[in-house]
Amino acid sequence: MKPKETQDRFILSSSPHAHGRCSVSRIMLDVIIALLPTTAAGIWFFGMPALWTVLVCVSTCVLTEAVCRMAMGRESTVGDFSAVLTGLLLALNLPAGIPLWMAVAGSVFAIAVAKQVFGGLGMNPFNPALSARAFMLISFTGPMTTWLKPLWWKGPEAVTTATPLAAIKALSGADAVACASPHGLFGAPVAGVPGLWDLAIGNMPGCIGEVSAIALAAGAAYLLWRRVITWHIPFAFIATVFVFGLVAGGVPAIVHVLTGGVMLGAFFMATDYVTSPTTAKGKLVFGFGCGLVCMLIRRFGSYPEGCSFAILVMNAICPLINRWTQPKPFGAK
Amino acid sequence: MTVAILVIASIGLFSAAALAVADRYLSVAEDPRIGMITAALPGANCGGCGFAGCDGYARALVAGTAPTGACAAGGEKCAAEVAKILGVASAAVERRVALVRCCGTRSEAIRVGDYNGICDCATAASTAGGDKGCKYGCLGYGACANVCPKGAISVSDGLAKVDKRLCIGCGKCVKACPKRLIELVPASATIHVLCANPDKGPSVRKVCGVGCMGCRLCEKNSGGKEAGHFTFEGFLAKVNYQNPPTDAQIVAKCPAKCMAEDPHFETGV
Amino acid sequence: MKTVKSHFRFKGGVHPDYNKELARDKPVERMPVAAELCVSMSQHLGAPAKCLVKPGDKVAKGQKIGEKNGFISASVFSPAAGTVKAVEKRLTPSGGMADAVVIDTVPAEGETLPEEIRFAPLDWKTATREELLKRVEEAGICGMGGAGFPTAVKLNPSGKRCEYLIINGAECEPYLTTDFRTMLERADRVRTGVEIMRKILGECAVRIAIENNKPEAIASVEKAFADIAGNVEIVVLPTLYPHGSEKHQIYATVGRVGPEPPALPIDVGCVVENVGTAAAIADAVELGVPLTERVTTVSGDAVAEPKNVLAPTGTKYRDLLAFCGGLKEPAAKAISGGTMMGFAVSNLDIATTKTTSGLLFLTKKRVFQYGSQPCINCGRCLRACPMNLNPSEISKAVESDDIKAAEAAHVMDCIECGSCSFGCPSYRTLTQLCRRAKASIRARMAAEKAKAAEAAKAAK
Repeated sequence: MKPKETQDRFILSSSPHAHGRCSVSRIMLDVIIALLPTTAAGIWFFGMPALWTVLVCVSTCVLTEAVCRMAMGRESTVGDFSAVLTGLLLALNLPAGIPLWMAVAGSVFAIAVAKQVFGGLGMNPFNPALSARAFMLISFTGPMTTWLKPLWWKGPEAVTTATPLAAIKALSGADAVACASPHGLFGAPVAGVPGLWDLAIGNMPGCIGEVSAIALAAGAAYLLWRRVITWHIPFAFIATVFVFGLVAGGVPAIVHVLTGGVMLGAFFMATDYVTSPTTAKGKLVFGFGCGLVCMLIRRFGSYPEGCSFAILVMNAICPLINRWTQPKPFGAK
Repeated sequence: MTVAILVIASIGLFSAAALAVADRYLSVAEDPRIGMITAALPGANCGGCGFAGCDGYARALVAGTAPTGACAAGGEKCAAEVAKILGVASAAVERRVALVRCCGTRSEAIRVGDYNGICDCATAASTAGGDKGCKYGCLGYGACANVCPKGAISVSDGLAKVDKRLCIGCGKCVKACPKRLIELVPASATIHVLCANPDKGPSVRKVCGVGCMGCRLCEKNSGGKEAGHFTFEGFLAKVNYQNPPTDAQIVAKCPAKCMAEDPHFETGV
Repeated sequence: MKTVKSHFRFKGGVHPDYNKELARDKPVERMPVAAELCVSMSQHLGAPAKCLVKPGDKVAKGQKIGEKNGFISASVFSPAAGTVKAVEKRLTPSGGMADAVVIDTVPAEGETLPEEIRFAPLDWKTATREELLKRVEEAGICGMGGAGFPTAVKLNPSGKRCEYLIINGAECEPYLTTDFRTMLERADRVRTGVEIMRKILGECAVRIAIENNKPEAIASVEKAFADIAGNVEIVVLPTLYPHGSEKHQIYATVGRVGPEPPALPIDVGCVVENVGTAAAIADAVELGVPLTERVTTVSGDAVAEPKNVLAPTGTKYRDLLAFCGGLKEPAAKAISGGTMMGFAVSNLDIATTKTTSGLLFLTKKRVFQYGSQPCINCGRCLRACPMNLNPSEISKAVESDDIKAAEAAHVMDCIECGSCSFGCPSYRTLTQLCRRAKASIRARMAAEKAKAAEAAKAAK
């Protein structure tokens, strides 16, 4: 017969017995909160198609996550909000007019192939949302590069139009000089490059979440305040893009920062914990690499935009960066 | 097309010739018995013999620095084969299997706390002395199961059990258990004492419903002290495996219910 | 004597909820001797003492019942008069098993118990250095901050010169207020202890490290030390965990960084002692009493009346809790020590030792559970680690049983302060994994050493 259990029965664990109460789901929620302004801006500029894309991506990602975990016979991880975040980030990286079935395909790829195949959260070598974007860019090149014009677009009259980066790429040397002039920047849009105000608020063609620099900056400020991200990666990334832009000439360097996916990428994609280095030094190297590869693609590559590829390339060498930048113990020579 | 075929064929011919030459002139003479012995050994590379895998043991055998009966996994048959290859008399080997000397499942032995930490016996044992009331018993965090090369150990209801058919007697689990609970016993022995707590009866009873109290009834029922089937350590009975008891009656008569007839997990995994 | 601010801030560290308000305003209360004491022979770091008594013996208060057994060891004295009931293996607060003397302190009818034994009081001003050091050693004094390193060994750094004597009054562990109360109520004893230690160590500068969340303690120490001669400073540290760690305290007070382990503070010319130890030294020298009692903070949100209790060593946790009014709410966890580095307690029959600084009872809502979520690589543990290690990488290496990789990641430098686990959003058992790696590396080293010794023996 089993003896009587003693009265005092406590939880036995190794120290520490105190916790800062920070959790994965809270972190994911913070990033989602930080993305709300830019999501709202995207929907404001591109209308209902943007809203539908966001809803479809998020729900498909959550569903795929649940199904994958069930199929693998592991506990459900829907509650950590990482699938919601992946869906949201993917949607923000898509043009508003994308056919919804393609968004579904991309979402399934992001969760099933880019994340769960590697073992789920924390194991994936590449950012799932960006992997899915790369997959879609290759599979559905046409729809992925067809941009809806924003509601208040004053540029060439068309339902769809080119992004400013594509316009810059298409410019000849003379035109580049023209649009570098104050008139080109602060006046009416010249040859598809919007003015600084439009660049800042996001009144230009592009992916849903990448257009509004002000909304992105507000979200970034929130993340920095909540200490979800540190300044290292965004600073190194944006500074590299800016300096490269200065040296390369053509359009003002600030245009390179405010167009395309640089802001979204630097604050929200490159800072993805799982696929970026852990040390401060490593983060600076990583951010610099992202900026450099991005600008190399923009300047010399065949794509107008290289932000997502730049981050994916740096994801691949992240373990190497981690290895090079291991911290030295306190007191070690 | 013809050129390609000719090129590939000549590369193949050249390589074959090079290999043939290398085999003839660069080969190292090795005692053929090493290969034969390696083939005769079970190939589990468990390391139970004390050498680096089966190959290491085979080399040591040929060099004459290892006894023929050291392979627990291969047992008598293997030892005889090895002895035949080496041309020596076969040393008698008895197949030994691991035995977890505890039967305090969660439903029988009390837990004094709720352990929350890494699933490892030694670590759990060092956290507030472990969550099991009995400080000698199986914690059930599977350190033994983790090192078993054959997957012969499974943990259920907070207690490790050995599948006798899969166990090769390598002894890795014996070393892995922080409570020193596991023992290699002759596979032919069928009656075991499943307890390792040498404390007095009342203190054992406080923590476990199936702990040995040292009442010596097992000894009495198996023919007394002269029969020598049991030895005692503190208030704990131990089976003398040199001379194991065979009468299954004593199991049922054990008042502590800490004895069992063939407790090995025979049904398989 | 002046008060200065610390100029040196180490990298990392965390800000846990201190919860010191529960017991900080409770003056130290002396607890009556419990009916049964259980005095462990292993109350300090190093070899357990050798038991000198057997069941049935009558012991006096202050009688030596355990003899120092080796270089790093300390003697154990009976905290009360009584009869030895048993000498048996008992669970220690840290989870190990050690010999303990169970003393029945209630005299039978008509029985008289022996009188208290004390050493001859010494006047530290006239006593020689050797006499003082001998007294510290024979009174069984060991570090009262938590680790319990024998003090006499620390105070006798053969061949090495001590430049700074650092008095640890940081008390960075949450809940604990024993050092705070000692500084408030017994600052003069701390001062005497400091002067004795200074005499033993030879002329050296004294730095008293106190965190800035204890302004009353700073004021009290300032007053007591006002007219002390020599180079003495109070260094006010910012409130940051783990300022109580020797390495980090030395850095924060004098800006020196110790070399890699197994180096000791004396290698950078420092000796660190806790304020409680200083007071115990003063008592041992001036009053001749061996170390048989200490202040323990009994606190936590489940305790009816949190208190700072002066209890004999060997008092069972159950008696200590009863003295504080028992539990007002069910406790989910009991902790011996503070919440960051204390030990979980499995039963309340465990008894206090010379190093028990606190006994906490927390309700379910204050207790968190470790989880099995994977690492998300967020780097919080790297930022929090005061030793600037990479707990994330170490933990992954240990989980895949790659102890070599953990060693290459400097796991042996880990001070087990718990900062990494404190901030981990995946609730991983980082500190425990580091501890596991350290244990297996130590076991391997011991095995190698034994093997080498055997080989040397065979060669002879």
